[in-house]
Amino acid sequence: MKKNVIEVKNLEKYYEVSGGFFSRKKDIVKAVDDISFEIPFGESLGLVGQSGCGKTTTARALCLLDPKTGGDVKFYNNETEDMENIDNLEDEELKKFRRNIQMIFQDPYESLNPRWTIKDIILEPLNIHNIGDLQDREEAVVEILKTVGLTPASNYLPRYPHELSGGQRQRVSIARTLIMKPKFVVCDEPTSMLDVSIRISIMDLMLNLAKDLEVSYLYITHDLAVARYMCNRIAVMFNGKIVEIAETEELLNNPIHPYTKRLISSIPVPDPSYDRKVYDVNYDELDAIIAKHGTDNPMVDIGNEHYIATHDVKGLI
Amino acid sequence: MNENIEQDLQKQLRKEAIRRNWNLFKQSKLGMIGLYIVIFFLFLALLQPFLFITGIWNKGVYDPVVGYEAIKDTLLVVECPKEYPTEKYESMKDCPGEGEINVKRLYLAPGVEVGDYYEAFIQPAPPSSRHLLGTDSLGRDVFSQIMEGSQVAFVLGLLSATLGVGISTILGTIAAFFGGRVDAYLMRQSDLILMLPSLPLLFIISAFAELKVWHLAVVLGVLGGLGGSVITIKSQALQVKVKPFVDSARITGGSRWRIMFSHVLPNVAPLALLFMVFSVTGAIASESVLSFLGLLNIDMSWGIMIYLSQTDGFIFSGLEFWWLILPAGLAVTLLAGGFYLVGRGLDDVFNPRLRKR
Amino acid sequence: MSKEVLSVKNLNMHYETLSGDVHAVKDVSFSVKEGESFGLVGESGCGKTSVAMSLLQLQADNAKISSGSIQLDGVELVGMNESELRKVRWDGISIVFQGAMNAWNPVVKVGEQIREAIREHYPEKSKAENTEKIESLFKMVGLDATVIDRFPHELSGGMKQRAIIALALSCDPKVVIADEPTTALDVVIQDQILKEIKKVQELLGLSLIYISHDIAVIAEMTNRMAVMYAGRIVESGPTADIFANPRHSYTKALLESTPSVVGDRVKLNSLDGEPPSLIDEISGCSFAPRCPNKTTTCKPELDMKLVEVGPEHYVDICSKESH
Repeated sequence: MKKNVIEVKNLEKYYEVSGGFFSRKKDIVKAVDDISFEIPFGESLGLVGQSGCGKTTTARALCLLDPKTGGDVKFYNNETEDMENIDNLEDEELKKFRRNIQMIFQDPYESLNPRWTIKDIILEPLNIHNIGDLQDREEAVVEILKTVGLTPASNYLPRYPHELSGGQRQRVSIARTLIMKPKFVVCDEPTSMLDVSIRISIMDLMLNLAKDLEVSYLYITHDLAVARYMCNRIAVMFNGKIVEIAETEELLNNPIHPYTKRLISSIPVPDPSYDRKVYDVNYDELDAIIAKHGTDNPMVDIGNEHYIATHDVKGLI
Repeated sequence: MNENIEQDLQKQLRKEAIRRNWNLFKQSKLGMIGLYIVIFFLFLALLQPFLFITGIWNKGVYDPVVGYEAIKDTLLVVECPKEYPTEKYESMKDCPGEGEINVKRLYLAPGVEVGDYYEAFIQPAPPSSRHLLGTDSLGRDVFSQIMEGSQVAFVLGLLSATLGVGISTILGTIAAFFGGRVDAYLMRQSDLILMLPSLPLLFIISAFAELKVWHLAVVLGVLGGLGGSVITIKSQALQVKVKPFVDSARITGGSRWRIMFSHVLPNVAPLALLFMVFSVTGAIASESVLSFLGLLNIDMSWGIMIYLSQTDGFIFSGLEFWWLILPAGLAVTLLAGGFYLVGRGLDDVFNPRLRKR
Repeated sequence: MSKEVLSVKNLNMHYETLSGDVHAVKDVSFSVKEGESFGLVGESGCGKTSVAMSLLQLQADNAKISSGSIQLDGVELVGMNESELRKVRWDGISIVFQGAMNAWNPVVKVGEQIREAIREHYPEKSKAENTEKIESLFKMVGLDATVIDRFPHELSGGMKQRAIIALALSCDPKVVIADEPTTALDVVIQDQILKEIKKVQELLGLSLIYISHDIAVIAEMTNRMAVMYAGRIVESGPTADIFANPRHSYTKALLESTPSVVGDRVKLNSLDGEPPSLIDEISGCSFAPRCPNKTTTCKPELDMKLVEVGPEHYVDICSKESH
């Protein structure tokens, strides 16, 4: 039995929107609508979807930035060696818990405080949690800078973010995120704003660190090709729901859900001689699955750890 | 070892950053003009104590409040006719002539009649080599008064600006951070202050209390700090609050206060600095108006100079006693305007979008 | 052998800034034939957008074309004054900007904004003729005629982008430049829009210059292409040829650093370092500092020139032997 880092069950984030000046009724926007997944230690899950599908909302809910409106999130507790519901955490425990979850943001220009030096930025987590003494902390900062490839450290520590390139800034973000050795890191499209030739180096860095520090990623992206490079499992999100989740190669070679098929069919391929495989979106297969398993279970296992959502998507895709 | 390299690099980077910002500021012609004006008046403000301390100026003569020097002159008392030209005088300008004095001027000296010789002190005296801007009606050196006024303007301006900006920055950031009732209260408070007409309010306050310079500074500072700038700072703080680096600090476990002071405040500071510079302008102008109306308990300031020239009736004598009115009026306009222009120059530095490539 | 519609020769363009001249376009030459789709690929700062702006002479105030020629259908564009250029813009060459969907004036109806563009060039046409034209354009890009009377904020991102394409076509240009037209869009909508563009191009016999950093899109959309790095064209030729047989190290690196959903799951190679700042004048091979394939015959200080290595396939190399 694999140990899970995080277990998400029936996560919901609903927003109430007033229906207009004259309407008393409040509409409900279901940004995240009943999603569930697990991530075992040592593995990464890709969350793929187009803008507005709910993936960033999910990320923010997991990092406790915006409170969820429903569902359970359980996290592995080292001390009790069991899954622990984060709702039960308060104050001191909550602060300690925050050492385990971190987030890397998409925009390298906005994710570092422009008035802080690189040194202060990376030191901050250690200062907040009072780890070691000043010398220990400074040594840790130099160490992590080396790990992310920013050497010599003395060249970077006194600088301000605007003096660094986009790629260097993301490395600083990674350094700051990983200095606390968290177990779980949510990555919100960290390379989409970087130049193509730099992306791979950042992604490789993250893959290596995942192995060395035993970190699991929830990698959020709109680019299926990137998710393929980074993750061993992929979940496809649409309209606030996960419609399909499976191992990476299984998903790409054997997509079942009509939305996944549509998605894969739209991706351009960097090879002019390649004839893209275009999947026809037809709902028969989905209907057959629903008929077989019923819609009681929102996600059904069609074998090989490959899950499909059974709710009605006709007319939405 | 590493520490030293790091510190050296840091110092070097700081120097480069300062030079860069200075170059940016230099580009703004308006900003540079403003800066020259401010520096000029600062020089004046510092020049006066320097002259006294080194003894170049005798305090008895040149002190702006209690100094005294006047030239005695023997003048023939005449009565200026109502209609011109007469056989002695071509026009109104010619009477009284050299060595003469109009009897009407001597209303305080009883028993003097036309035809008498009168020993008078010439006050106010026009500019001379001893008094670059002349003397006022009490024999005090006008140039010294201008310098004194400069000191008052700087102290008043900077004190009230710092106080005001300090208050509005903290309040604005708190409003942005705590939201809810705190925000609602602070916004209503700002609205209230915005609504109140500032000058009449100052009149009322000065009617209740004898305001000296630093009293006025506190009043202006508090009024400014609680007013509209709170709203602007709050909106800036809100923009900073939703940036990813603030999210990052929250995820890491930073407390609200920590985030407010270490993350948001430094990013709101440039805007606050801008406000500060602009509010100096308002402070200087307010002082001169209040002094002009005689509402302040200050010994000497530019406003007082204009006030005195009005109560003595010199304002209405046209340009005859120009040194009693023009220097003070110009000083107020120039310094207030100078600070404003510096603010415009700073705006260019802080708002890169407005810069040309 | 179809004729050349646009011919660019030895174009040099620089920006005058406080810190010095930024030489953004260095000695760029390429040509676009009638009815063909030409791709310009490169990362940020390589100069591809500067080239696009130069073609229309829509650059910023401090941008100057220092030398070179741009000929549209034989007519020289460099050196034209503003009023002459205005006739050429939109009528001869039009452009779909990056983020153009945000370029709509929010208080004017979409149809009216397109009509304005047509009126600029064809003031003699009647309102009815214009409306008819817009309707047919919209049909071509897959928009309903009712969109004419809508305001930009009422349309989705995809619809706005299609309308931008209609706007670019409104004066029957010979050449359309598309500068990253689908960057902000979902991949599903991107696919649809790309298909529309292809369809329209074939229908109207347009020449298309497609600018992007996404080589997958370039692979699917273009017949011929050029790769730009640090202001220079480092490789150009038929698209199929370049993908099958990339000769310049940068082109190879670009192709090798793009993850794909098809094929084997491979570890990709990345490039060290960053693209150079264009303020420093670099002589010789600008890619040398990052090149993983340096050989002993490499002489990066020497001047570069384009050399033909295949049918119409050019590579920028130092004057010594190629790698």
